[in-house]
Amino acid sequence: MIPPRHVLAWAALALVALAVTAYVETQLSGYARTVVGFAGISAILVVSLSFSNGLTGLFSLGHPAFMMVGGYVAAVLTFPVSRKGFMLPALPEWLAGAELPLFPATVAGGLAAALVAVVVGFPVLRLRGHYLAVATLGLIIIMRVAVNNADGLTRGALGLNGIPRLTTLWVILGWLAATLVVCWRLKHSSVGRSLMAIRENEMAAACMGVRRASSKLIAFSVGAFFAGVGGALWAHLLTNLTPGSFDLVLAFMLVVMVVVGGSGSLGGAVVAAIGITVLREVLRPVEQAVGAYGLVQIIIAVLLIATLLLRPQGFFGSAEPAFLRRDTRDRKTKPGRKNRPPEGPGRFPEHTAKQEARHEKA
Amino acid sequence: MSGAYVLQQLVNGLVLGSLYALVAVGFSMIYGIVRLINFAHGDVMMVGAFSAYAILTAFGLPLWSAVLAVLTLGAVLAMLIDAVAFRPQRGAPQVNGFITSLGVAILMQNLAILTLSGQPRPFNVPGWLKENIGFMGARMTVLDAAIVLVTLAVLGALVVFVKRSRAGLAMRATAENPLAASLMGIRINRAVATAFGLGGALAGLAGLLWGARAGQIDPLMGFLPGLKAFVAAVIGGVGSLPGAVLGGFVVGFAEVLFVGLLPPLYGAYRDAFVFGLLIVILLVLPNGLLGRSVEDRA
Amino acid sequence: MLWLDAIDVWRGPSQVLRQVSLRVEAGEIVTLLGANGAGKTSTLLTVSGHLRPRAGRARLAAAGREADLARLAPPQIVAAGVAHCPEGRQVFGGMTVLENLRLGAFLRRDGEERADIDRMMGLFPILRERSSGLAGQLSGGEQMMLAMARALMSRPRLLLLDEPSLGLAPQMVERIFDVITRIRDTGTTVLLVEQNAAMALEIADRAYVLESGEIQLSGPAATLVDDPRVQEAYLGVLPAPAEPGPADGRLS
Ligand SMILES: Nc1ncnc2c1ncn2[C@@H]1O[C@H](COP(=O)(O)OP(=O)(O)OP(=O)(O)O)[C@@H](O)[C@H]1O
Ligand SMILES: [Mg+2]
Repeated sequence: MIPPRHVLAWAALALVALAVTAYVETQLSGYARTVVGFAGISAILVVSLSFSNGLTGLFSLGHPAFMMVGGYVAAVLTFPVSRKGFMLPALPEWLAGAELPLFPATVAGGLAAALVAVVVGFPVLRLRGHYLAVATLGLIIIMRVAVNNADGLTRGALGLNGIPRLTTLWVILGWLAATLVVCWRLKHSSVGRSLMAIRENEMAAACMGVRRASSKLIAFSVGAFFAGVGGALWAHLLTNLTPGSFDLVLAFMLVVMVVVGGSGSLGGAVVAAIGITVLREVLRPVEQAVGAYGLVQIIIAVLLIATLLLRPQGFFGSAEPAFLRRDTRDRKTKPGRKNRPPEGPGRFPEHTAKQEARHEKA
Repeated sequence: MSGAYVLQQLVNGLVLGSLYALVAVGFSMIYGIVRLINFAHGDVMMVGAFSAYAILTAFGLPLWSAVLAVLTLGAVLAMLIDAVAFRPQRGAPQVNGFITSLGVAILMQNLAILTLSGQPRPFNVPGWLKENIGFMGARMTVLDAAIVLVTLAVLGALVVFVKRSRAGLAMRATAENPLAASLMGIRINRAVATAFGLGGALAGLAGLLWGARAGQIDPLMGFLPGLKAFVAAVIGGVGSLPGAVLGGFVVGFAEVLFVGLLPPLYGAYRDAFVFGLLIVILLVLPNGLLGRSVEDRA
Repeated sequence: MLWLDAIDVWRGPSQVLRQVSLRVEAGEIVTLLGANGAGKTSTLLTVSGHLRPRAGRARLAAAGREADLARLAPPQIVAAGVAHCPEGRQVFGGMTVLENLRLGAFLRRDGEERADIDRMMGLFPILRERSSGLAGQLSGGEQMMLAMARALMSRPRLLLLDEPSLGLAPQMVERIFDVITRIRDTGTTVLLVEQNAAMALEIADRAYVLESGEIQLSGPAATLVDDPRVQEAYLGVLPAPAEPGPADGRLS
């Protein structure tokens, strides 16, 4: 499947990832490990968001909502039985007595998120591009309100703390690899191709008999599953959860990473996620030192806007970074055509963006 | 539940609905002409509120000057955002503009936090605005009445402008078909700027009124009302001005009645309710209450 | 009136016009023929300022002197007397017929719009009947008439027509071509893009044939009608069957 000369590239990449993980995990401070962990989790989130948004041409902002579901479900499952009684009094019997290891709890979190995605996606995915974005933003707000008000299960706005710190960098690396493999395979499977067809032209895909409702739902729930996983890992890395952490700003950060990485490009998503997370964590102490609160987000917002204005297809378009490309056909496709983002050309005449402005001045 | 109580809720709904309508109309106009969901629209409202605060509290100038200032500032700011962030990518897919607007929103909020601090500030208005004039037994302040009347007057003027003026004609033509509008000799960038300007002016005004009614302002104050105004615009039928006004009142009333008429337990679900309403309405009436079924509204 | 001088035009990643040269003199009807995708619409869009040539010169006689099209924004080109009646009509469907006509005169402020609207309604009586109805509710042919009337409302000196006969019944096509000749007779120059080559060549003075973005043939319309290449490619010259054969009416 993978051309032989790419095997080398893959092996090298895997080795570097393993080496970095081993180094950080054993040699660096807890803070550095947390930062690298964040970067890894962000990569999981961005790859899955890029997968579902980029491939379907749908634009969902709902990842934080799914993270919230995955995070709380997993945290409730791993929470020490001894403390469940007084912290989470409303848990049903079978949950109150259970204390699972991280892996099954993470899977359960992911599945719960995917389930929510199926239930919500069924009506919501029928909405057109923009509406979906606002509806999924609404989903974040709805979820947050729900978590806030289910005190007995989640401790509400107080937040759930004392979650065991079970997430290691190895776990994150493993899940990142899983996310990449699943998304990669799906992207190149027949489902992936039908998704691409939707993205290029919804009408044509419908005529070709692509079952777009179910294809979209698959993409949406696969994305949600990994968002749930990301939420679970996050909960067990930070050791506490509050509904407020899963807000619009988080959605925004993920969108920035997708855009900068190039929507639809999984490799680009990883690079952007790691780069921007590290950038943010490096800048954060600066922000605090000079007392310039908001600075980090300003920088990231400017980065986003600049990317959209100067390089709207992102840094990798929807193709993968050169050495990772799957076959030669991908590579030959002209970036201009292939990277045209979903929805086709805008409705404005071609001259309006720059030329009319220039001529009006003249 | 007494009749007076219900009436009180209706008055509250009317006032809240007016504010949503003011913001929603701008949303709808901008969407109608560039098919852009402008997340930054609510933040123009926030800037309006802060400018009004500066004029009234810091400089102690009279109320009418604050009104003029927020109208002008809102218009200029919105047109500036259009020129810098949106115009250069007008030919690009719609999603890009939408993501850009998210960036602009975050940028504006954080610039405000950076320069003004994230702390809420009290927004004081002249005492006479707070006097209760009553409305059939329900409590209604001068400010409440002013909000409703100003909204109606401004929206009326807007309708006349859009229907009768040359710039309004150009705007409508561009909203409908930019290429054809350009073939008529309409400067479509200017028509788009008009829509942003008008929408921004209304949002600025809404900021002043919102701040006055809430009694405090903060850098994030615009976001949720902005989103709800978008919900209102969608419910009314995005792109339709009467629809946006109607949607504003529907959301205002629905929200107030939801909180006011259900047991207090549900009050916490107020925001969830508004978005739930959006999803339901979009599924039942994809073009909103008054929207035309135009496929490229996508 | 209009001179295109070896222009190259690109749309996105692809070049759609190559070294196109073309001339339209005052008072002429010039027709531009070509297969689908040949670049006819792109040529007109270039003339009306919506596409910009990357190379070559495009000049327009405006207000008694020559102006470089590349220096003019679309509104200035309209003001200079060029009206472009686009492919597919593109009327403002959500606005009334009257508003559409007013928009045609958007740049005019000579106070005679009213009289011109009357004139247009004389030319196309259906528009009077439907003047307060929505343009989107007109039939295709009626919309075509509205689109032409709207273009004429700017009192153009040069009228660009993009496939005015598209999708119209033969009778309607006759009418439209009749109107085009009359427009020319009142002093408006016409650059006509058509699929209906036979009729276009009949009313045109000169013609150009565009093929994959390049001008292949040009000359007086009367000469081109007899050119075998034109006959084969655009006039579908086959011996007219005396009786419909069994294969008729079948797609082949
Ligand atoms: N918006 C666009 N972006 C990129 N290429 C385009 C665009 N519109 C048209 N083209 C390409 O430009 C070329 C010329 O198109 P044009 O519309 O000028 O042809 P035409 O001669 O008018 O054809 P028709 O008879 O079908 O109207 C075609 O190859 C077409 O694919
Ligand atoms: Mg054409």
